[in-house]
Amino acid sequence: MTTEPTTAEASENGFRPPDALQPVLTGLRERFEDAILDVGGHRGEVVVELERERLVEVCTFLRDHPAARFRQLASITGIDYLKYDDRPERLCADYNLYSFDHNIRIRLKVRVTVEDPNIPSVTGVWPAANFMEREAYDFFGIRFDGHPNLVRIQMPEDWEGYPQRKDYPLGGVDVDYINAHIPPPDTRRYKGGWTST
Amino acid sequence: MSEVETPDVDRPTSALVEEVVVPPGEARDLPPTPAARQVSLNERRAHQVVAMGGGDWAEVTARADAEGQDDVMVINMGPQHPSTHGVLRLVVELKGEEVISLQPVVGYLHTGIEKTCEYRTWVQGVTLVTRMDYLAPIFNETAYCLAVEKLLGIEAPPRAQALRVLMMELNRISSHLVWLATTGLELGALSIMLYGFREREEILDILEDVTGLRMNHAWVRPAGVSQDLPEGTEDKIRAFVRDMRAKADEYETLLTNNPIWLERTKGIGHLPLDDLIGLGTTGPMLRAAGLAHDLRKVQPYCGYEQYEFDVPTATGSDVYARYQVRLAEMRESLRIVEQVLDSLPDGPVMSTDPKVGWPAKLALGPDGLGNSPAHVQHIMGESMEALIHHFKQVTEGIKVPRGEVYVPIESPRGELGYHVVSDGSNLPYRVHVRDPSFVNLQTVSEMTLGLLVADVIAALSSTDPVLGGVDR
Amino acid sequence: MQTGSGLEKMPGGILVTTVEKLANWARKGSLWPATFGLACCAIEMMATGAGRYDLARFGMEVFRASPRQADLMIVSGRVSQKMAPVLRTIYDQMPEPKWVISMGVCATSGGMFNNYAIVQGVDQIVPVDMYVPGCPPRPEMLMDGILRLHEKIMKGEPRSKLVLEPEGSGEPRRGAPVSRKGSGEPRRGAPVGSGGAR
Repeated sequence: MTTEPTTAEASENGFRPPDALQPVLTGLRERFEDAILDVGGHRGEVVVELERERLVEVCTFLRDHPAARFRQLASITGIDYLKYDDRPERLCADYNLYSFDHNIRIRLKVRVTVEDPNIPSVTGVWPAANFMEREAYDFFGIRFDGHPNLVRIQMPEDWEGYPQRKDYPLGGVDVDYINAHIPPPDTRRYKGGWTST
Repeated sequence: MSEVETPDVDRPTSALVEEVVVPPGEARDLPPTPAARQVSLNERRAHQVVAMGGGDWAEVTARADAEGQDDVMVINMGPQHPSTHGVLRLVVELKGEEVISLQPVVGYLHTGIEKTCEYRTWVQGVTLVTRMDYLAPIFNETAYCLAVEKLLGIEAPPRAQALRVLMMELNRISSHLVWLATTGLELGALSIMLYGFREREEILDILEDVTGLRMNHAWVRPAGVSQDLPEGTEDKIRAFVRDMRAKADEYETLLTNNPIWLERTKGIGHLPLDDLIGLGTTGPMLRAAGLAHDLRKVQPYCGYEQYEFDVPTATGSDVYARYQVRLAEMRESLRIVEQVLDSLPDGPVMSTDPKVGWPAKLALGPDGLGNSPAHVQHIMGESMEALIHHFKQVTEGIKVPRGEVYVPIESPRGELGYHVVSDGSNLPYRVHVRDPSFVNLQTVSEMTLGLLVADVIAALSSTDPVLGGVDR
Repeated sequence: MQTGSGLEKMPGGILVTTVEKLANWARKGSLWPATFGLACCAIEMMATGAGRYDLARFGMEVFRASPRQADLMIVSGRVSQKMAPVLRTIYDQMPEPKWVISMGVCATSGGMFNNYAIVQGVDQIVPVDMYVPGCPPRPEMLMDGILRLHEKIMKGEPRSKLVLEPEGSGEPRRGAPVSRKGSGEPRRGAPVGSGGAR
């Protein structure tokens, strides 16, 4: 542990996954070479980007194969990469898996476009995906085919729009004080630059 | 009002129910249907009364009516209800007093915190995330700061890490105390409510001494913590630890072998371990089924590997087992607190790197707590660069390199994980919280099948849901 | 003061004002709150009702679950768009006389959450008699608010009214209750970022 931490702009020089995950990645590459788009990672984490067609097969393999045994689906994160990079597939579902047996983590990413936001549901593989996929649908509009009950979970049922997409405004009202008037956060100008809005 | 887009998904429907897609929440006349499905008064009323978001009300009542069973009642519990641990709504199908099906409806506390974080700087994000799981705010802050530090590629100073552990464990005790208090209240043991809150006040006193606030502290910041322990806190904490041990014994005496408590909690809400794992459960619920999985042991953070503590488990996987696990966890937390106090390292509590560490060095002055006079003199009189750093840090904030990470920690309810995406700027790009209560809530539907209504309350309570975390 | 007959016209006078004062004293002496704890403020409300900051000394420790038996609704916590109709329903179910305390900044004005999900102040939905700021307010602050409300009740001050624009004024109130369609356009009635046109 350093007592003098530094702001590391360090980029990983070539990605080397941790040893414990090597057999998993080898197994994936053997069986699903055509479905894997990219294997990468940051700060020691391993991220595998997949095509959506064989997602359920990959997940079943990861859950059941003895070298993997990813029995816990920790989280499904919806991300909108509109302002992050320029790919047309801006909606992403990020599956976070954990294996009790080997104490390893891996993440799977599936990216889809707004015009065709369908991803096969993994509720058949991990029932935990039920609420998580509903949340990703609610906030990003990603449709999970095969989900038993894909309705909104956080927003009211008849809400229109997908609030956590980048082109959905934050909402909010002006706040009036006696001699001041504060607009809502997403309409203010910041001198440092709102580089992400 | 325009049509809600209903996704084309395969919905399992009972063979008796004709597939009529009814957009929930819309009050209108349903078309006449063949005999297979009779539109009932119940359903009409459901549309009109429950226009606020019926969940699956329409489906549930349709199913109940279609099966032609008169003794099936559909009851709505919540969102305002004395025993739902927050604004949780349960749509319960009852046959007599036994539950046939139960569906939780959440979202009544949705605050848009994740989206709001995208419009605030990294440090301001701490004040937002701390209000998610409001019974364990230090855990939210710590997990967020650990994720930001992982993206930055730094570690907080050792003293800051030890203080984080200290506060986290105290917060764990206070969270379990609230659980015990509210569970006792809901099961009718009213005195436990008062005892639990009495002990919690002691912890809140300590937290107030250290962080300045009783709840929602915003004390843990990226690259450290904002203030050090003031004088005399250590003695206070040690006195509290002694006191708490005795009180934990009191609770055990009161409840553990109490026949009424046993009747109300043993065998209630049982779920086998495989189901729990499949549903993504973590935390005391999983440990009460026998699996000794604790992130503090398997993937330690903040220096937890230095401290000696056990991971309590039980095998019953019912409400009673979860009670035993939580009570034992309180004792283990006390052990950790003592060890932290014994081995607290010296040093700064915030990184001294000017591009990352929060610049304000707080000190108690004649007019209260504020920037220390030495720091003010330094930036105003001695170093222009320090002034610029201070200014930019406070107004613009730190700049975090591009990337995404996921950092999980063990909160009192289970695995609390932060998936943080940064695009290199001074604002987060995406902050997603994997909240344990959200995932654990899925077990409630399974746990409560066949239970009586009063047991539903006990089973729900053993999940320890905090709706601030569920809804975010 | 007229005594005896003349019940059609009830005059003012010592007897009636004393009865009024007695009624007010009785109302404030056992003002039963309805459980309406939403978020973090709810925990502080529970702490106010617990042992150290005892609400029982004011006759208020019984938090009635059923709104039909409650006089006071302490809205403690942030009110989301989904919860707003529920809040109004519960308020309507409470019998008169009833009072509302908006506890915490989120209930008072939306608090730190100025976004699509939170109602910017519960006074858009129910009339509020006492605002208690804080995030969350300390139990002592909440008790201060409650005691001031007691004074207000004792004085017999007129109840707060829900502030709505007069008919036909054309201009909706700032931050009017939102339509639940969040289709990317600004909220009905809320001039987002326009710079105060009023």
